[in-house]
Amino acid sequence: MPISLFLHALEQGLVFGIMVLGVFITYKILDFPDLTVEGSFPLGAAVAAKVIFSGGDPLWGTFLAMIAGSLAGLITGLLHTKLKLTNLLSGILTMTLLYSVNLRIMGRPNIPLLGKVTLLGEIENYFPNLSMDYLIPFFFLFLVVILKFIIDYFLSTEIGLTIIATGDNEQMIKSLGVNTDLTKLMGLCISNALVALSGALFAQYSGFADVNMGLGTIVAGLACVIIGISIIKIPTIFWRTIAVLVGSLVYRLIMIIALRYGYSFGFKPGDLKMISVLLVIIALSVPFIKGKLNFADRFNLGRKDLQNNNGKEV
Amino acid sequence: MLIIKGLTKYFAKNSPHETLALDNFDLQIKKGDFVTIIGSNGAGKSTLLNLVAGTLQQDMGEISLLGKAITCQPEYQRARWIGRVFQNPLLGTAPYMTVEENLSLSLKREKRGLRLGINKNLRNFFREKLSELNLELEDNISKKVGLLSGGQRQAMTMLMATMFKPKVLLLDEHTAALDPESSKKILKLTQDLVMERQVDLITLMVTHNMKQALEVGNRTVMMDRGRNIFDIQGEERKKINVDDLVRQFSILGNRKDKYIEDRMVLI
Repeated sequence: MPISLFLHALEQGLVFGIMVLGVFITYKILDFPDLTVEGSFPLGAAVAAKVIFSGGDPLWGTFLAMIAGSLAGLITGLLHTKLKLTNLLSGILTMTLLYSVNLRIMGRPNIPLLGKVTLLGEIENYFPNLSMDYLIPFFFLFLVVILKFIIDYFLSTEIGLTIIATGDNEQMIKSLGVNTDLTKLMGLCISNALVALSGALFAQYSGFADVNMGLGTIVAGLACVIIGISIIKIPTIFWRTIAVLVGSLVYRLIMIIALRYGYSFGFKPGDLKMISVLLVIIALSVPFIKGKLNFADRFNLGRKDLQNNNGKEV
Repeated sequence: MLIIKGLTKYFAKNSPHETLALDNFDLQIKKGDFVTIIGSNGAGKSTLLNLVAGTLQQDMGEISLLGKAITCQPEYQRARWIGRVFQNPLLGTAPYMTVEENLSLSLKREKRGLRLGINKNLRNFFREKLSELNLELEDNISKKVGLLSGGQRQAMTMLMATMFKPKVLLLDEHTAALDPESSKKILKLTQDLVMERQVDLITLMVTHNMKQALEVGNRTVMMDRGRNIFDIQGEERKKINVDDLVRQFSILGNRKDKYIEDRMVLI
């Protein structure tokens, strides 16, 4: 397999890794399956693309994208905490709302960024002697590692612990003096700001923003989180953020291989979404299937209740 | 002083299933009092604690603590003064978080900020407190709470509910779901922890065990159908035994037919 494929997987794994960190915060920390990401990913792309296309500062555009993303999270959070809608419905409503918003922001379904000054272009100008092939993955790696450590630190602060506890035992943390509406809002804002940042960077990396580019974000995000956590099982925050990033890299590698070699098995590009769903199903059902497979021991030993493997992860 | 005045709570109000859980309930408790609350199922004991804690909102009535009306404050604001232990040992702790994280969450109940939740000083403080429980938890301070036994978790919850020096301690049948051995331990721990701060702590303990209700604390309140039907303390309380209490219950509660049944439930 050519090395360029690995580099592509690395770059994409890192760019989408920021989105995965966001999905991790809602899905795993807050226990909130947040569909807003389907809208906040292209929202980030749209805002950044609009600013860059109009000749604005790409850094400013990327920053605005994060603000827009956190506002999207805020809307979902308010629907859920103040109007008491279920978490899934809140996300679906915001996601659908954002489709129109994104079209409004861009003014058309697609904005090309070729020939415009993007963040990556600016970085290239700073280091004119280095090859783009290695500069881009290195920049993304640098950014992702910094974000990882900021998230790790935040989740171990007094406020961070209350956010974790909100997802773990809401009734208890309320009785310990925490306004769980507020912690949920915080978690959703941070998560969607990360997802929008990921969208903004992906638009600049791939050279366009498209109103449909968010399709399947949530499944991809979940796949990465679940794959990562089933590979690295150490249950501390430090290792779990590493795990989901590894999950993101593995997922992108699988996707790129499927895209490159899938033709020989009769796959088409449209089948990619199906592959990611299959990945999620497989990753989620592994503990269950492992438990079922234990029947082999039972036959051998003639004891029925030898092992009860629930596959529960802590 | 905790003053409860005319507290009334309906469930499923304005529906065919409307039930009156608390009926114009009055109770005044002074600092240092340890009140045990008894009553049959559906008497409103847990509802009373939930209203004091702010988990439920009353339909009528007022609650004030230390001269301050807390009736309109949400649960998370009252938590500054109120420590709680639930019947279910799984409710009081967060299972996927470590022992020290749980303790840290409980210690600081307002103005949480971006300081680290756990530092060296806190860790030493937690170790010291945990060693007093004699459950060897001090060596497992970074273990996930979900891996501990029910008794250990309840002991931790007891510690969490008292460590931050609350004004009110609410115990809702907190020994009922444990095996007899752990149950004894937790009750002993309760008495020790309450004794430490006897001067200014108000304790409310719901129990189904009449013997326990008379042995622990210095005042006993009997509830029936949401009302305070019998309230006894001091010398009078020392003279009374479980049989007297059961008799009182059947007379005051107007339930001669239920005498035998309640006797079996309550002893």
